[in-house]
Amino acid sequence: MTGLAMPPGSNGSFPHASAVGLGFLLGMLARVAMLRSDYRQYPTYPHGYASHLFLGGIAALVGAVAIPALLEREWTAVTFLVLVAQQFRGIRDMERKSLKALEDNELVPRGADYIEDMAKTFESRYYAVIFVSTVTSAGVEGVSVPGGLLLGALAFGFSALLMRKRRIGDIIEVKSGTPSFRGPELYVGDIFIMNVGLEESRRTIEEKGLGAILIPRDEDARDTLGSPGQRQAIVHDVQAILGVSKEPDTPEFSPVIKRDLETGRAGLFFVPMEKDEEPMLSVIRRVPVLESARRRGSRALAGRYAAD
Amino acid sequence: MEVTVQKAVLAIITDDPKKASGAPTFVVPDEPKRQHVARVLSRILQGQVHDLGDGMLIVVKH
Repeated sequence: MTGLAMPPGSNGSFPHASAVGLGFLLGMLARVAMLRSDYRQYPTYPHGYASHLFLGGIAALVGAVAIPALLEREWTAVTFLVLVAQQFRGIRDMERKSLKALEDNELVPRGADYIEDMAKTFESRYYAVIFVSTVTSAGVEGVSVPGGLLLGALAFGFSALLMRKRRIGDIIEVKSGTPSFRGPELYVGDIFIMNVGLEESRRTIEEKGLGAILIPRDEDARDTLGSPGQRQAIVHDVQAILGVSKEPDTPEFSPVIKRDLETGRAGLFFVPMEKDEEPMLSVIRRVPVLESARRRGSRALAGRYAAD
Repeated sequence: MEVTVQKAVLAIITDDPKKASGAPTFVVPDEPKRQHVARVLSRILQGQVHDLGDGMLIVVKH
């Protein structure tokens, strides 16, 4: 029977080839699919991409080999694989350190909450890769090749569903607002933002400034908007996409969000590089709701009693 | 790592020295000149200028 020529010394075919191969393949595909640098400019292309793809390959291999190793009763191998999987905890620290190191030099920093959120997301993506490749390889072993592929795809869909991010636009209505002055006091709509003492800055703001009004759709959203970490994330993303027309010596043009405590609404103001309202509104709507900031008071018993 | 003083009045620019104390004070009776001095100071100190009314401007680092 013709087949692949075996190298001398090997003792025959590798029975788990398709399980390992397909598990690895689907795991890698999952990692690539999740490797969206999108507009957050992280991981930094191309070196960040390379290291994440490499680590993704390791994760995919671990997942793919785990089930065949179990089936062959190679317990040492299984132990090693579990140890490797544990190493992925270090991803969170690595990402956090990397992002924190950049913070001091940002014109508008991300804030600790946003960094933590991103670090957690990166870590969980690797676990998702291990999950997808394990499920695929188990499916190929236990059912069939097409069955394994299907199960792997389902595993990916399931992980994507679990890890999906809510966006600000889902919980908060974002409308445009005009920056205006009452004396030295800057307002967006009727929400007080800050006191701007320099006439020159006031003129610049009137000409080039943009504003938005954020209206929470419910009480939980209102409390989420209250979180400083969440607000810092919105402010950072707005600046990252649209550019902020400021230098370190003109702090008054930095994006700022202030709440109107009576109504729970918030006003956002900043001076962009390009005065373009619709892109700003859509950027705000796409900012992720940070896990640490997300308030679900209505789920707690006391929260429900306090509802008005 | 930057070491800086924040949330404190770094400088006062006013038309009357009796209105202010406790921070470096610049007395400038003329309003346009006051704005100019405040502007230059704020760029140097990388702070924000606030108008307290009654001829008083302060520079604060946030």
